[in-house]
Amino acid sequence: MLPYIGRRLLATLPVMTVVAVVVFLLLRLTTGDPAAIIAGDNATSQDVAAIRSKLGLDRPIVQQFGIWIGSVLRGDLGESFFFKKQVSELIAERVEPTLALATCTLLLAVTLAVPLGVLAAWRRGTWIDRAVMGLSVLGFSVPVFVIGYVLIYLVAIQLGWLPVQGYQRLADGFAGFIQRLILPSIALAIIYVALIARITRTSVLEVLNADHVRTARAKGLGDLTVLFRHVLRNAAVPIVTVIGLGVALLIGGVVVTESVFSIPGLGRLTVDAVLARDYPTVQAVILLFSVVYVLINLVVDLSYTFLDPRIRY
Amino acid sequence: MKAVTAEPIASLVLEPVAERPGAVRRMARNRSVVFGGVILALVVLMAVLAPVLGTTDPARVEPVLRNRRPGVVTSVRNADGSQTARTHWMGTDSLGRDVYSRVIYGARVSLLVGVSVALISTAIGLVIGIFAGYVRWLDEIVMRVMDGLMSIPAILLAIGLVSLSRAGLRTVIVAIVIPEVPRVVRLVRSVVLSIREEPYVEAAVALGARTPALLARHVLPNTLAPLTVQATFICASAILVEAILSFLGVGIPPETPTWGNIMAEGRALFRVFPHNILFPGLFLAATVLAVNMLGDGLRDQLDPRVSRRL
Repeated sequence: MLPYIGRRLLATLPVMTVVAVVVFLLLRLTTGDPAAIIAGDNATSQDVAAIRSKLGLDRPIVQQFGIWIGSVLRGDLGESFFFKKQVSELIAERVEPTLALATCTLLLAVTLAVPLGVLAAWRRGTWIDRAVMGLSVLGFSVPVFVIGYVLIYLVAIQLGWLPVQGYQRLADGFAGFIQRLILPSIALAIIYVALIARITRTSVLEVLNADHVRTARAKGLGDLTVLFRHVLRNAAVPIVTVIGLGVALLIGGVVVTESVFSIPGLGRLTVDAVLARDYPTVQAVILLFSVVYVLINLVVDLSYTFLDPRIRY
Repeated sequence: MKAVTAEPIASLVLEPVAERPGAVRRMARNRSVVFGGVILALVVLMAVLAPVLGTTDPARVEPVLRNRRPGVVTSVRNADGSQTARTHWMGTDSLGRDVYSRVIYGARVSLLVGVSVALISTAIGLVIGIFAGYVRWLDEIVMRVMDGLMSIPAILLAIGLVSLSRAGLRTVIVAIVIPEVPRVVRLVRSVVLSIREEPYVEAAVALGARTPALLARHVLPNTLAPLTVQATFICASAILVEAILSFLGVGIPPETPTWGNIMAEGRALFRVFPHNILFPGLFLAATVLAVNMLGDGLRDQLDPRVSRRL
C-alpha cells in the first residue's frame, strides 16, 4: 500500500507541474509589463523596479518560472496591492467560510443523492425513476445563481425563515453559523445531487443484475441487507469517483454562490481580485483550488483499496 | 413458479421483423430530442426575430422609467409630439431600460457564445486529439498537458483568462473554449486509439493506405457521432459559463444585453424588484435545459458509449 501511495503521489507531479505552468503563464502572456500589472495602478516606479528584480523579469522565462515556483513552494504567494496584505494571509482569513460551505454542500449532496439514485434504480422504469432522472437533467441546467436567488426570494424574503445573506463565523455561535449556510448549501448542492444521483442509479442498476445479488435474494436476505451488503458495496467505486470529479463543479459553484449570498470566502475573493486586477491573488487562488482538486482525487484513488478489497496494488 | 418457458419462444416466433427506422425517424421518436429541439428552435426564432417582437432598443436608458414592475404601462412621447403607450411586460431595470427587450436580445449573445464555443473547441480538440492518438511520441506529452488543464476547475480557468485582457465577446469565447478543449481531445483520442486496432484499419494499412487517407476515410467518420453529442453538451455548458461570467461582472461589458448582465444589474435591488433576476434566469434555465435534453437524446440515439461530461 505504501509504495502505491508513493507512486500515485509521484504521478500527480506532472499534472501539478502543468497546472503551475498554466497559472504562471496566465500573467506572462498578457500584453504589458507583468511587474507593472502586479504592482497595481497606484504603484511608483520604484515599486515596479523592486518587483521586477524580485521576479527576475530580466532573465529567461524558464528561470523566471523557477524563481516563481520556488517562492510558491516556500509559501510566499506574493503581495496583494489591492488588499495591502500578503496573499497567504489573505487566503488564511478567507478559508473558513469556503470550507464550511463546501463541507455542508458535500454532506447534503451525498445524503440526498445516493438514496435518490438507489431508489431510481430499485424502481427502474416507474414514475419514481423518471422523476429522479428528470430532476437530474433539470439540476444540470438551472444555474446555481438562479436557484440561489429563487431560494432567497421564497425562503428568506417571502417566508422570512432564514437570514437573506451573509456569513457568521463558527466561533460566534453555531445556530447563526448553520442558519446562514442552509440556503447556499442547498443552491450549490443541486447540480452535485444531479451528478451523483445519476451515477448511483447507473452503477446500482449494473450491480442489481449481477449473479451474486440474485444469489443473495435467493438465500432469503431482506431488501435492505442485500442493498447495503451486496449492492452498495459493489457500486461504491464509480460513485466515489464521481464525487471526487464533481469537486470541480463544487469549486466553480463556490465562486458563484459566495457572490450571491455575500459570503466572504475564497470564491468571493477570487471575483474581487479579478475585478480589482489583483493578479498575485488571482494566481494564488487558482493554484490553490487546483491543487486541492488534484489532492482530493488522489485520496479518492487511494480509497478504492478500502472500498473494494479486490483492487490491489 | 410462473410459466417462464413458453413466452420467449412464442415472442421469438410471432414477432415480425421490424424494419429498422432511419436515423431521422428514430430521432423524431425520441422524446428528449423533440422536447429539447422544439424549445431550442423557439429560442433561436426569438433571437433572430428580436427586432419585430415588440422590443425597443435594449440599450436605451430612460431615467424617468426606472424600476417599474412587470406589466406597467408607460407612454413615450414621439418626435412629432404624439404619445405612444407601451407595456413593460417584464418591468424596467434601475436605468429605465425595458427588461423584456433586453431578455429577448440577450438570447442572441447566449446562442452565439454557445454555438461558437461548441464549434471552435470541437474543431481544435479534433485536430489535437487525432495527432495525439496517431503520433505516439506526441501522445504522452499532449495528454499530460490536457490532464493538467483539466485539473483547473473550468469556471476558475475561464475567470483567470478573462481577467487578463479587456473583456469582450471574443475574449469570453476564448476563455470558455480553452477549458473545454481537453475534454474533446480525450474523447477523440480514445476513438482514434480504438479505431486503429480494428481489423479493417489494419487491412487498409496492409494494403498501403497512407495516413491522411486513413484518417479521412476511417477515423474521422467514427468521431462524428460522439463529437456531435459532446458539442451539444459543450454548447449548454458554454451558455451557462458565459452567463456566470457576465453575472460576476467579469464577462461581456454590462451595456450589452446578456442574461447574465441583466441579472448582475438586478442584484442590488433584488429584494424589491426580483423580476430583473427571475425573468432572465428563467430563459437561461430553459435554454440550457433544452440543449442538455437534446444532447441526452442524441447520445441515446447516436452513441451510447459517451458518458455525460463532468
